[in-house]
Formats: sequence, structure tokens, C-alpha cells
Amino acid sequence: MPTSKPLSRGVAIVGAGMSRFGAFAEKNSRDLFVEAFKEMTKSIDKGLDPSVIESLYVGNFSSDQFEHQAHTAPLLADAVGLTPIPATRVEGACASGGLAIRQGVMAIASGMYDVVLVGGAERMTGLNTAGVTDALATAADVPFEIPAGFTFPGFYAAMASAYMQRYGMKPEHLMNVAIKNHDNASLNPYAQFGVTIQKWMEGRVAAAIKKGKPAPTWSTIWDFLHDESGNPTVAWPLRLFDCSPVTDGAAAILLVAEERMHEFTDRPIHIIGSGQASGSALHDRPELTAIPAAKIAATKAYEMAGVTAKDIRIAEVHDCFTIAEVIASEDLGFFAPGEGFKAAEDGVTARNGAKPINTSGGLKAKGHPVGASGVAQAVEVFKQMRGQAGERQVAGDVNLALTHNVGATGSTCAVHVYERRN
Amino acid sequence: MSEETTTIRPFSAAAFNQYIAEHKLMGTRCTKCSKTYAPPRAICPNCHSEEMEWVETSGKGKLAGFTVIYTGPTFMSEQGFDRKNPYVSGIVELEEGTSISARITGLDVSKPAQIKIGTPLNVDFVEFGEGETKKTYLAFKAQS
Repeated sequence: MPTSKPLSRGVAIVGAGMSRFGAFAEKNSRDLFVEAFKEMTKSIDKGLDPSVIESLYVGNFSSDQFEHQAHTAPLLADAVGLTPIPATRVEGACASGGLAIRQGVMAIASGMYDVVLVGGAERMTGLNTAGVTDALATAADVPFEIPAGFTFPGFYAAMASAYMQRYGMKPEHLMNVAIKNHDNASLNPYAQFGVTIQKWMEGRVAAAIKKGKPAPTWSTIWDFLHDESGNPTVAWPLRLFDCSPVTDGAAAILLVAEERMHEFTDRPIHIIGSGQASGSALHDRPELTAIPAAKIAATKAYEMAGVTAKDIRIAEVHDCFTIAEVIASEDLGFFAPGEGFKAAEDGVTARNGAKPINTSGGLKAKGHPVGASGVAQAVEVFKQMRGQAGERQVAGDVNLALTHNVGATGSTCAVHVYERRN
Repeated sequence: MSEETTTIRPFSAAAFNQYIAEHKLMGTRCTKCSKTYAPPRAICPNCHSEEMEWVETSGKGKLAGFTVIYTGPTFMSEQGFDRKNPYVSGIVELEEGTSISARITGLDVSKPAQIKIGTPLNVDFVEFGEGETKKTYLAFKAQS
């Protein structure tokens, strides 16, 4: 495979923002994108004259199914007053946002544009659970995977079953990932579930007492997480708290050619590596315990950036399910195969650990509006690298970060590497 | 077009499903490198040859990964599966070296931790519906 060359023209992020993530009965993806755009604009140190924006790439998986609205990109451009600039929707299932970033990077690196808005938006909660399950299923290989009865929790559960048998992991180990990501989200005001699992459990007990029902007798979060009434099995071995939620949300970042970045900020974050790869249906891979497209996308991004896994200070990875974070941490080269779940157990991936992962709360607890998630990952690393992550700020010099965004079971993956130089 | 080529079914999902309805698990084999694929492929990803042929698989394989699903898609709910009656979906590695997604039957869903990766399986076909709406699904049954 040919090696990845550095970009022929440097690209920097000068602004980044996201809407609040959650379930919003009164908002559509356009409303959410407007919120994200305003947050992004606010973050630009020297201010933004929107008329300098030359193009929009927006990640959106399926407004067609979720909102009965296709052709989203021009509507989003119009909602923030940017028509008639080119507006392009990018679809790669749950990696749509990561692919949109990559399109923006390529558009600037090619010399075609200097200033590009990259967004992601998804409004999912207009459908009920069955509707969302069926809509997400269209990201699979429909004729050959869906008749088997697979759901997305089911696919990742099958990966977990293979991982457990190969490496001796127990379902309990995965709970460490959920606990950590809820801890992080409890410090993120934009998160859908900004509560620790402890607080969640206490809330359940309080609600039962208030309704005059017998109070559950969980004494620790481990009791709660092991109890079917607190944490029901969705697709064995995965339970409710192993799964990311159904979310409405949007995110936006402004990409600028390096030669013009100082018009916007003196604290830019450079995108120095970008990798993307495709893969087959889950059944057609040599092993179920790793995602080949993620490994290739990571290799390409590291090559382009001229860095290694060891150099990365923090990462936002695609934890659509807890097992996905464990596998990601191995695919990205942070830990050897079979060691990722131990790193989560030992606190290595915690905010104060050696390799903090998903300081935002991840897809698991921050929320997963599928087309927006990849862009929201970039929003988190932008804040962390500039020391603007508030209570969840990672200590020390966060000069190098990575985002890892996966579509479906890994048939699409986008990895980006970010650098702060001053 | 010769009579021979018109009788060959296209290497498509529709043709594969037609075979499933006939209770045959068919794959396509590359006549150049001899690799077999189920689900079928029209172009060999191994050697990029376009010279493929349909072959019936042995129907024997082993379990490569699985899950017991408690909350299924709408069409599985319609077939009577729910939280009280979960089902197994899995990935099966066939003797021919190709792998496929299928329903798995003959396993104890109440004890998933005891289900072993590598469990030997035989092809089976599950039917749902009557007449025009009858649909046949690919399944594999654990050897008992």
C-alpha cells in the first residue's frame, strides 16, 4: 500500500462548537446545527465574518429516515446564512462526521478553498426505539447481514463474544468503560447523560420511592450494573449501559489554510494526519476482535503526521459500544491486542491516566447523534488542546491528539491527528 | 447468448436468496484462484478475476462469534421474538473458508456464557409466513 504524504498545504482548526446533546422534541437537525454554528463562531478568538466561508461539508447519516428530510446540506447552509456557497452532505454511517472533516481538509489542502465550515448533524429521537433500530440497520450489509436478525448492539456483541473467548475478558470488564465515560460526561455541560452511574442509580432509587414503589436494594454501582432491572441485557454480553444512546445533536468546526489562520486566532490546532479506510461486512473479516479499516486508517494518519501511537496524549474514540472502545484502543496501537480491557480496568484510559480516552464522555455518555459524532470528537480535542475543557481538562501539555470515527461495524473508518504548536 | 449462459443465475443477492428458498446454501467460486465466497461475489477480491461459478457449499461450519438478542428489529418481533424469547445471531465460518451471518438454532439461550466459539454447526433453513409472503432464512443448527 502506498504511504501517506504530508498535506501539500497545512490546515488548522480555528473554531469549534457543538449544540447541547440530548433528546429534544421541539428541535430538528437544522435548529441543532444553528446552535453548533453559534458556539463555533463564539469560540473564534478574533471573531468571524461568515462571508469569508467558502464551502460547507456536513456529516449526516440519514435525515431521510429520521426526519423524512433528504438533501440536508443546502438547508443547513441556508439556516446559518451561507447560501450560495457549495454545501455538500457526506455520508459514511456513524463516520459521516469524520469523513466530512476529511473532505474539508482535502478541499483546503488542494488549494481550492482557504476557509471551510465542517459540520455534523443528526436528529434521531423523532423515531421510536424500533424505528431507530430499523433505520440504523440500513448501515449494515442489508441483504446479507440483516436477515440473520443482527442489530447494531448484536454486531458489537458478536465481536465481544469472540474477544472474550480469545482474551479471557468478562462482561464485567466492559463496565469499566461505561463508568469512566459517565464520569467524564458528568463534567461536560453539553453531554446527554452528564451524570455518573452512581448518581444515575441514586436517581432510580429516589424515583421508585417517590412513586411509592419498593426501592431497589443496590448498594453499589456494581450491584446496579449486574441487575437486569437496572441494566437490562440488550444483546448478550452487552447490556443497556454498554450502549450509546439515541441522540439529537450537531457540531461544527472551522477549517482554515495555515497561511490565513492568524486572521482568526493565535491558538490554532493543526490537523496533521488524516486516514480513511473501508472494509467488508463483519462476517467477511479475518478476525472479529479487531477492525481492519481502523488499523489502516490509523496507520495512514500516523504516517502523514509523522508520529506514533505512543506520542498521542489524548484520544476521542468511537465508543458506540463499550467493546468498541476497547477494540479501538488496540487498533490505534495504544495497547497490544487483548490488553485494551485491562488498560480500562487499571485506569490508564481515565482522565488522569497515562492515555486518557473519551474525556468528553464519549459516544456512550456525551451522546451519539450519528452524523455529528465525528465532528463533536474534534470539538473535544480542540478544547482540551487549548486548555478550555473546564473541569474535565486533562493536566499537562496536550499537544498531540487523535480522533477515531467508525461507520457501522467498521466498514468505514476515519482517523485524524491534531497538533498544537504553541 | 448460448443456452448454457442463460441458465446460470446472476451472482446477485436475489439469486442467492432464491437458492436459500430452495434450501441450498450456494456460494460463488473463482475459477482462477479457486476461492469460494458465501455470500456470493461477482468479482474475486483475492485475484480480481471475473470468472466465477455457483457452487453448493458443504453446509458445515463453526461458530466464529454470536450474540443473544433481546431487542430485535421489527421483522424479528413479528416472528415472535422478544425479551422473553430471545434468539441467537451469529457469524459462521464454513469449511470452505468463507464466513457468513446467520441465525443460530439449537443453543441454550439461557446460558450464553456456556456457548463456545468454535461450536460445530450444520446449515438449516427457517421459514416464516405462508404462501406469497413465505420467507426462508439462512440458519445454522448446533450439532448435538
